[in-house]
Amino acid sequence: MSTTTHSEAARGAKQVIQLEDATVRLAGDSGDGMQLAGMQLTNTSALAGNDIATFPDFPAEIRAPRGTLAGVSGFQLHFASADIYTPGDRLNALVAMNPAALKTNLDDLEPNGILIVNEDAFDTKSLKLAHYENNPLESEGLGDRFRLIRVKMTKLTRDAVSELGLSVKESDRCRNFFAMGLLYWLYGRSMEPTLRFIDAKFGKMPDVAEANRRALKAGYHYGETTEAFVYTYTVDRAKLPRGTYNNVTGNQVLAWGLITAAKMSGKDLFLGSYPITPASDILHELSRYKHFGVRTFQAEDEIAAVCSAIGAAFGGSMAITTSSGPGICLKSEGMGLAMILELPMLVIDIQRGGPSTGLPTKTEQADLLQVMYGRNGESPLPVIAARSPADCFEVAQEAWRIATRFMVPVILLSDGYIANGSEPWRIPDVSELNKIAIEHPVGREGENGEPFLPYKRNERLSRPWALPGTPGLMHRIGGLEKQDVTGNVSYDPENHQHMVNVRAQKVANIAEDIPPQAVAGPENGDLLVLSWGGTYGACTAATQRCRAEGLSVAHAHLRYLNPFPRNLEKILRSYKTVLIPELNMGQLRSMIRSKYLVDAKGLNKVQGKPFSVVEVMEKIRELAA
Amino acid sequence: MATELPVLTAQDFASDQDVRWCPGCGDYSILAQMKKIMPSLGIPREQIVFISGIGCSSRFPYYMNTYGMHSIHGRAPAFATGLKIARPDLHVWVITGDGDGLSIGGNHLMHAIRRNVDINVILFNNRIYGLTKGQYSPTSPLGKVTKSTPMGSVDFPLHPLSVAIGCEATFVARTIDVNIQHLGVVLRRAAEHKGVSFVEVYQNCNVFNDGAWEYASDKKVRDDNVLELEHGKPLIFGKNRDKGIRLNGTTPEVVDLNNGVKEDDLVFHDEKAEEPTLAYLLSRMRHPEFPEPIGVFRAVDRTTYEAEVNHQTEVAREKKGEGDLAALFSTGDTWTVE
Repeated sequence: MSTTTHSEAARGAKQVIQLEDATVRLAGDSGDGMQLAGMQLTNTSALAGNDIATFPDFPAEIRAPRGTLAGVSGFQLHFASADIYTPGDRLNALVAMNPAALKTNLDDLEPNGILIVNEDAFDTKSLKLAHYENNPLESEGLGDRFRLIRVKMTKLTRDAVSELGLSVKESDRCRNFFAMGLLYWLYGRSMEPTLRFIDAKFGKMPDVAEANRRALKAGYHYGETTEAFVYTYTVDRAKLPRGTYNNVTGNQVLAWGLITAAKMSGKDLFLGSYPITPASDILHELSRYKHFGVRTFQAEDEIAAVCSAIGAAFGGSMAITTSSGPGICLKSEGMGLAMILELPMLVIDIQRGGPSTGLPTKTEQADLLQVMYGRNGESPLPVIAARSPADCFEVAQEAWRIATRFMVPVILLSDGYIANGSEPWRIPDVSELNKIAIEHPVGREGENGEPFLPYKRNERLSRPWALPGTPGLMHRIGGLEKQDVTGNVSYDPENHQHMVNVRAQKVANIAEDIPPQAVAGPENGDLLVLSWGGTYGACTAATQRCRAEGLSVAHAHLRYLNPFPRNLEKILRSYKTVLIPELNMGQLRSMIRSKYLVDAKGLNKVQGKPFSVVEVMEKIRELAA
Repeated sequence: MATELPVLTAQDFASDQDVRWCPGCGDYSILAQMKKIMPSLGIPREQIVFISGIGCSSRFPYYMNTYGMHSIHGRAPAFATGLKIARPDLHVWVITGDGDGLSIGGNHLMHAIRRNVDINVILFNNRIYGLTKGQYSPTSPLGKVTKSTPMGSVDFPLHPLSVAIGCEATFVARTIDVNIQHLGVVLRRAAEHKGVSFVEVYQNCNVFNDGAWEYASDKKVRDDNVLELEHGKPLIFGKNRDKGIRLNGTTPEVVDLNNGVKEDDLVFHDEKAEEPTLAYLLSRMRHPEFPEPIGVFRAVDRTTYEAEVNHQTEVAREKKGEGDLAALFSTGDTWTVE
């Protein structure tokens, strides 16, 4: 962090410290509006030109009992003037709206970090709910360890909105805007984007809109006038590549990527889905875009969701089903059918903590082996994974390209961290987007005694996608083993062997159709970090810093998990040690070891949280030293 | 645009595959009637899709020279729903059985029916699991002795039509595999109905449950055990058409027309009644207490699911214009880096 200082009259003549980056977390009760406040701070920082990465972290309960440790909801934002890859390891500033939020988040605050607390919330009842015997603001020496700023946030917010005649409850709901205002002042942010947001969101409720405006401004002005802060901070614009940017969450831009793929392939999009955390936002987002020809079907269950998508795929749509781990379990028979039918579609798994219901709102990468092997019979399917929120846009299009080129359902993996996290996304020029070419066999008059051959294959081994409604191409497909070429039901032993081989070879052929694996860092050396999915940010930052320390460490991040890129084995054999960090107990490691007989090491964690950069660095230092 | 349709015959709807049901199976009759009515519907073969689940009946699509999908157990209505939303132009049939449709697939059947997707669901009810060789099904009578219930089943059976009516079906009918003329008429009515059509076919499994419907299919006794429904007509049955159904309060009772009861005292069938009360009452009439009604129980008009879904797409396009990617990407606040 650089520490040039200069004064800035607009912010109450306090000393302004210029930072390269800052990590801030807002924490409060799940009803306190922390997610909304976090998203606003994120959007404002993005519009100020910072690079950003976020980590929303909330309980599975909609409204856990007020004031309890289980009910704490947090939103972490990392904003920077340099390229960043993660939401930050240690907090520079923490806003705690109540004792429970303080207790569950304080460990992440750096020594001497900024600690802003709503001291009005530290009453006997709330302290008891948070299992504090004494008021920590009085007794734990917080003021010595941190820059503690005690703010009577409840009282100040009530005062700010008192003229509007709102109830106490309604007034208190504005406290998140007060906290936002204070942070905006502290980091020199404009209130304009949030004022616009208030108009748009609460325009129909003028009292509420006005109360939120007043609370926001009261928080900002409190910062100006109070003597509590010695410094304010500024984080300059990041040097992002030229272009126009939008601040997007993973699920949002995944939906946009799917719409783009539909448009670029001349298809109408069909989504069959059943609500499940953390995938539901894709259903919500897609259902808003009916004018793109999108049809969303909220099915009666996960099974109907995948089956309806297969029906739509048979009919010629760009068919998709979205879910998370538990739903993927229910879909597996349907996925096996889609596989043997050889129809193109997408199965999107936004992974969360498992097994069973597990940790619905927390992130994990533990569905890899499920999607690879979790079907009956020999049933290989292509699997690709997004690495970050913005990456979802491209991965969506790539998944559909593969599905249609090879007539195969493709599994797309994301996770809760990517889905709910946000980052700047450079808006592509529509003219830069790639077309996805799809051919359907044309109809014919009469059959001339020649039956249509639905399983006659091309050089890639993919079969024709003949659509109902096409004259002369009537055919039947099904889950029974079928004779190659004709598609007729066949129990012939040799044919079954042949078909299993062909379907596997077809998926293997995808390796010839995808780019070779790229490596960051030395082409050979002591250590290769091999990662996939949402650990991209932590692994990228960790390997970059370790290289800067002089370690011989390279980084390869896999998008394609089945099949692997064809040069992967050579890469693996170019380093003394291979480290695979994963938010599971070693699933990619197991695949790599069994396929390449490479003795890869693991860094494994299943705590519902992403890796910190430091965690990965420590493991790298241990293995590369 | 009116185009001249080639004149087709039942044979044109036969696929080149050998039919592999057991000799004497009731399915043959249903297949024959289906092929026979197809040309009269005036729909080109390529516009027709048969979708099935798993079970003996579910082999049906392989034998039709149309588009077809033999899917997974119980899920055919879900495939059909997706297909019909994506392709409202297609004429979609679902072939299922009492196990496929009411046991493993009960949930999908229920929801396809309540949504009123314009599909024709034909449920072959043989009151037994045939393909898995003879276990009891959700329609097997209480006490049924099978391989999996050696001491008799203790499950109360379902009445398929009561289920369909409870799910707000807009078209409900029943027919019998060997009553081929009636079967053909009912299949055609189902095909012509806009919205979900649910047809229960009493179908004999001559291997695992032979004679389950004998009272309704045997020419010697069937007239006394079956009541053929006709819209607007009184409920009369019997070999001599001298018995009828009268309501005593809300309870039906069998009356003898020779004993001074007039036709006007009987229940008159109204398949178009908005409320399904009468249809439900008819669906509860079981042998041997009552004659079992066959024919169309209910046929009412209601907008179809896929029409509503696609209407919303049109409305959205009218309001917002055809979707534009550049506008989509700029949703919300954007900023430019020079």
